[in-house]
Amino acid sequence: MTTFWDRHKIFEKNSIVLIVGILAVVAIGGLVEITPLFYLKSTIEKVDGIRPYTPLELAGRNIYVREGCYLCHSQMIRPLRDEVERFGHFSLAAESMYDHPFQWGSKRTGPDLARVGGKYSDDWHVAHLKNPRSIVPQSVMPGYAFLASTEVDTTQIADHLRTNRIVGVPYSDDEITNASADMKAQVNPDTPEAAELLKRYPKAVVRNFDGKDGAPTELDALVAYLQMLGTLVDFKLYNEKANLR
Amino acid sequence: MNQALTSKRITIGEGGMIALFTVMAALCVLGVIKAQDSAFAFHAAIGAAISAWAVFAIITRFSSRPAARPPQEINGVPNYNFGPVKFCSFMAMFWGIAGFSVGLYIALELAFPGLNVAQWVNFGRLRPLHTSAVVFAFGGNVLLATSFYVVQKTSRVRLAGDLAPWFVVIGYNVFILIAGTGYLLGVTQSKEYAEPEWYADALLTVVWVTYLLVFLMTLVKRKEPHIFVANWFYLAFIITIAVLHLGNNPAVPVSWFGSKSYIAWGGVQDAMFQWWYGHNAVGFFLTAGFLAIMYYFIPKRAERPIYSYRLSIIHFWALIFLYIWAGPHHLHYTALPDWTQTLGMTFSIMLWMPSWGGMINGLMTLSGAWDKLRTDPVLRMLVVSVAFYGMSTFEGPMMAIKVVNSLSHYTDWTVGHVHSGALGWVGFVSFGALYCLVPWVWNRKQLYSLKLVNWHFWIATLGIVLYISAMWVSGILQGLMWRAYTSLGFLEYSFIESVEAMHPFYIIRAAGGGLFLCGALIMAYNLWMTVRTGESSETQPSVALQAAE
Repeated sequence: MTTFWDRHKIFEKNSIVLIVGILAVVAIGGLVEITPLFYLKSTIEKVDGIRPYTPLELAGRNIYVREGCYLCHSQMIRPLRDEVERFGHFSLAAESMYDHPFQWGSKRTGPDLARVGGKYSDDWHVAHLKNPRSIVPQSVMPGYAFLASTEVDTTQIADHLRTNRIVGVPYSDDEITNASADMKAQVNPDTPEAAELLKRYPKAVVRNFDGKDGAPTELDALVAYLQMLGTLVDFKLYNEKANLR
Repeated sequence: MNQALTSKRITIGEGGMIALFTVMAALCVLGVIKAQDSAFAFHAAIGAAISAWAVFAIITRFSSRPAARPPQEINGVPNYNFGPVKFCSFMAMFWGIAGFSVGLYIALELAFPGLNVAQWVNFGRLRPLHTSAVVFAFGGNVLLATSFYVVQKTSRVRLAGDLAPWFVVIGYNVFILIAGTGYLLGVTQSKEYAEPEWYADALLTVVWVTYLLVFLMTLVKRKEPHIFVANWFYLAFIITIAVLHLGNNPAVPVSWFGSKSYIAWGGVQDAMFQWWYGHNAVGFFLTAGFLAIMYYFIPKRAERPIYSYRLSIIHFWALIFLYIWAGPHHLHYTALPDWTQTLGMTFSIMLWMPSWGGMINGLMTLSGAWDKLRTDPVLRMLVVSVAFYGMSTFEGPMMAIKVVNSLSHYTDWTVGHVHSGALGWVGFVSFGALYCLVPWVWNRKQLYSLKLVNWHFWIATLGIVLYISAMWVSGILQGLMWRAYTSLGFLEYSFIESVEAMHPFYIIRAAGGGLFLCGALIMAYNLWMTVRTGESSETQPSVALQAAE
């Protein structure tokens, strides 16, 4: 009688059969868990207010990515009583649907930032980013003063929007053509360019974030990004039940 | 001899490699000229220099090598190719010390934030350097060294390929160099443990496929009817890492001459891909690969057969099947759908069983040889690594339970858990394997000093205990402070109070990491002296080493 152990010898004696076996066995879990996320409608809620990042916000997000902020700050509020009371409404999948890559994070050496937008003033962010301990003495965050002296690159931003469109972010031709102008406009409130920007990106925050005149700096971009985080969805109007499908 | 009469000809491999690297050098020069950012220009320059060096090295090697290819056997004994093994053993020790040092530095940064003195050494840039240096550089070189050694020995044939193994080991370390310098310059995808940008990812893909081919072709021409169990684990590790790397990293570069790219996946799907990758980097890189080391080096060192062959069959298939499912436990209570989280939790708990099956198989291999733990500190290191493996593979499933995770997630407990696995299991099993491997491949009778191994063992063990206990306390304290309420129903602590409370534990953790680093320095000295001054062994014919380079 051939036993199970005898039958297993086919894997032990044939490297190609072994490879095929390994591939088949490791494929199952990933296929079952990942594929449905692309077609099950319940995965991402339908919510009003979600829009792609403005060019300046996107540049700010790229600085957030470059500096590895996600290593200490999460952007994912869990539906637990203390987190909702500390940080705000729990995070929705829709709120990060245009994030390439996602920045949910896995560690809170510092607080969650999913809804930090509008919580502090621009001045607070500027001073805190330059020297965190001047504002919060017990903080262990590194300083980012160098952002204030670096101008953000406005020449290539249209390519960034275009690349985002390739990976699925719905930027329009209009938004791509005007990317560079929109980027500069976001730090110049009360200009016709700023009005144009607001038409393209509703609820965008237009301010001179770092308080310095001239071309936008990396600090402008990062603060613009932080100030919009978690502000797109109006939770007074958000209907949770509408998404029970 | 006949061989001397054969005229010397350039092989297809040599010619092809020269052509490939010439094209690469030209492309890299073009990259330097057209670079959109300085980091890309720097990396293109490195690529050009290394490609030019490769062309030069292959030509020099050709002109000095004998006309005939190295024989497969000499006097009936396989003519093993240990050159790449030696190279990776050395690089493993080098990157290990570099990675542990960076780890110590960032641990100190968290205790003393003034150490964030410049943008290049800020915590956010150094932390990926630490994780990549220890996991991929140190661990990866240990895996390359041991897999190339074990597959030759257990198949009783010379490693397949002539230049290909060198392409794998040098190419892999160039990937590490590009990735690591990139982090310091701010070139990162900021996907945890998958930080390298698109061009580094592309290089790794080519290197990894070559690695698979070299390993596989060596297996194919084996002289043993059975594929040894360690090789199953190596093979699963190599194949699955390729699948994970390709699945998690598809990205569209903004420019072919710039470092920045955007990942194809977004939001919740990116999160799932990321932790499917991230958890299985643990499962297949840090577990399956190192279990292969366990299955070869423990029986070899203890001079005992593997406890149960049948258990190893069950262990193998159950482990690789279940591990893949466990990723979503990194995303409990997030915006990932509940059904995925539940699947992830369920499979994580089931994963406990094959993990402990493997642990039992490793530990029980010492049946009848337990006394050797008293006299052989290398074996003790290997066995303690398996004990740490058992501990962290119990802790892991426990932390994957949603209620436990609601407390432990986002805290230092996770960091402690990772390090009990990384320092205790991966670190110790690697140290044990290197202590075995270095005398074997350099043809030395024994290590320079077993006493120093003993010192390494105790200093590192003390370091691990300090590290993980500090992180347990700080993590649970953090979790409890965040959810503490006063009797009036208000949150009791502000966030910054929890940061402040971590300070003493961050100092203890740094002390633990410092001890672990000291142990590794002792090891490096010991291995260096073994190679430098060790007596050559008589049992192995020295001809086996001739054609290595």
